[in-house]
Amino acid sequence: MTDTDNAVRVRGLVKRYPDKVAVAGVDLDIHRGEVFALLGPNGAGKTTTVEVLEGYRRADEGEISVLGVDPAKGDRVWRSRLGIVAQTSRDEAELTVAELVNHYAGYYPDPRDPDEVIASVGLDEKRKTRTRKLSGGQRRRLDVALGVVGNPELLFLDEPTTGFDPEARRQFWTLIEDLRTEGTTILLTTHYLDEAEHLADRVGVIADGRMIEVGTPETLGGRGARTARVSWLDGDGAHVVRTDQPTAEVAALMARFGGEVPELEIRRPSLEDIYLDLIASVGVTADAALEGAVR
Amino acid sequence: MSAASAPIRNVTGKPLPSTVRVGLSRTGLEVKQFFREKEQLIFTFFFPIIFLGIFSAVFSDSDFQGGVNAATYFTPGMIASGIFLTSFQSLAITIALERDEDLLKRLRGTPMSPQSYFFGKIGLVLVTSIAQFGLLLAIAGLLLGVDIPSEPSKWLNFVWIFVLGTASGSALGIAFSVVPKSGKAASAVVTPVVLLLQFMSGVYFVYSSLPSWMRDVASVFPLKWLAQGMRSVFLPDAFEVNEPGGSWQLGLGAIVLSVWLVLGLVVAQRVFRWTRRDAG
Repeated sequence: MTDTDNAVRVRGLVKRYPDKVAVAGVDLDIHRGEVFALLGPNGAGKTTTVEVLEGYRRADEGEISVLGVDPAKGDRVWRSRLGIVAQTSRDEAELTVAELVNHYAGYYPDPRDPDEVIASVGLDEKRKTRTRKLSGGQRRRLDVALGVVGNPELLFLDEPTTGFDPEARRQFWTLIEDLRTEGTTILLTTHYLDEAEHLADRVGVIADGRMIEVGTPETLGGRGARTARVSWLDGDGAHVVRTDQPTAEVAALMARFGGEVPELEIRRPSLEDIYLDLIASVGVTADAALEGAVR
Repeated sequence: MSAASAPIRNVTGKPLPSTVRVGLSRTGLEVKQFFREKEQLIFTFFFPIIFLGIFSAVFSDSDFQGGVNAATYFTPGMIASGIFLTSFQSLAITIALERDEDLLKRLRGTPMSPQSYFFGKIGLVLVTSIAQFGLLLAIAGLLLGVDIPSEPSKWLNFVWIFVLGTASGSALGIAFSVVPKSGKAASAVVTPVVLLLQFMSGVYFVYSSLPSWMRDVASVFPLKWLAQGMRSVFLPDAFEVNEPGGSWQLGLGAIVLSVWLVLGLVVAQRVFRWTRRDAG
């Protein structure tokens, strides 16, 4: 795979703060045109990694290329190809939606039509509303409008739907899907596993400053992670069997119990189950790995 | 999932918008915001005008010799004070807020040139200080019976004092914006500094009646020289003998203001940051 196929290429990224190692050697490839979701617990190094890619922070070690440019040397032309939607925003409270989107469009060489952008994020009726009066979800959609008005090749979305109600989240997902259809590469960080499952082509899990797994939402956790679990109850207590053939297992149980199986349940682990297993499995070893990186 | 085969969009090769064009656009945005924020409007824009009204009412019976009324005596001080508010106070508070609210970080993530941002801030200071001065002068001349000077030489002095005052106030305001630890603290940290300087620099009192140690302290800071320069423009020549040393000291004032301007620029360049201090 050549560099032009990758919007982001990272090898061995290390970032140290005075009191800890935030990122301890992360590798990451994001293909052009894909939605990549970065998952991980708080303090795992997600935001630091993303901020290095955005050019806000300098890496201590590692090779980093974002749209073919080292972010530490990114100039204004490079920035004009990026869109950044940060975690929170409450600035510019006295300006209206239309004023802001039009103004930000003026920073870019080849912006989208501000009116179309406002419509695409569903803020048409709020055009003349000052941002102070927007709801949390509306403000977030304005942030996305400001992030995409420059017509970016690569869009960073840092926990974009935190605090959304379910309906607002669904609307937001549609917006992201539309951007993806138009060919925008998107790096998304999120706490919501259903969000990653719904939007992402691939998912990366970061824990303790390391990328512990990368895969599609369907293959994350490796083979067997999605194996069905059949559970039931008998005189000896609760039983769980992991099997690729849950139907056969249930048939066998039916024969044994001669009908109803007590407390029968067939479950396939959700992405969330797999994710939590992954995080738990690296808890100790990753700490050891970090110690190594400090020295 | 055809991620890898998605079309690679061509870089259009169109040029970035010019720094000046974006700077003008930022000036427009800054001015809009300024006049929509009540706090700014009252404590920065109308403050000197309100005080001129109060002072000319309170001291309406006082004699300032030579047929000069209270409004006339306090007008230059309020003009100087206004320049300091619209430059130093306004920038120190708003930039601290913008940093705390991550606006500066957001802007840094766009292709906007940093020069365009400062262009907008300077534009804001010029628009608001000129508008404030115009309003102050109109109210003083039309309502409070203040004699407005007509000699071109005095207005020539006014222009350079005004430019040097707004420039040094702006540079110092940008530098001082890193002092408040949070956006919430910005007003509380900046306002007392300005207030103290105003009292010591003879904006609210007859400067020559202040204790000499206080005048010595005030002489270090720019507002004293700004106020003295404005007195030279708006008070009758006969008042020059009341100044310390019996002179308007315009030459020395120009030097002190210039030193503060250079100092402000150097410090601002070194300490200015686009992200919060706790952002690492």
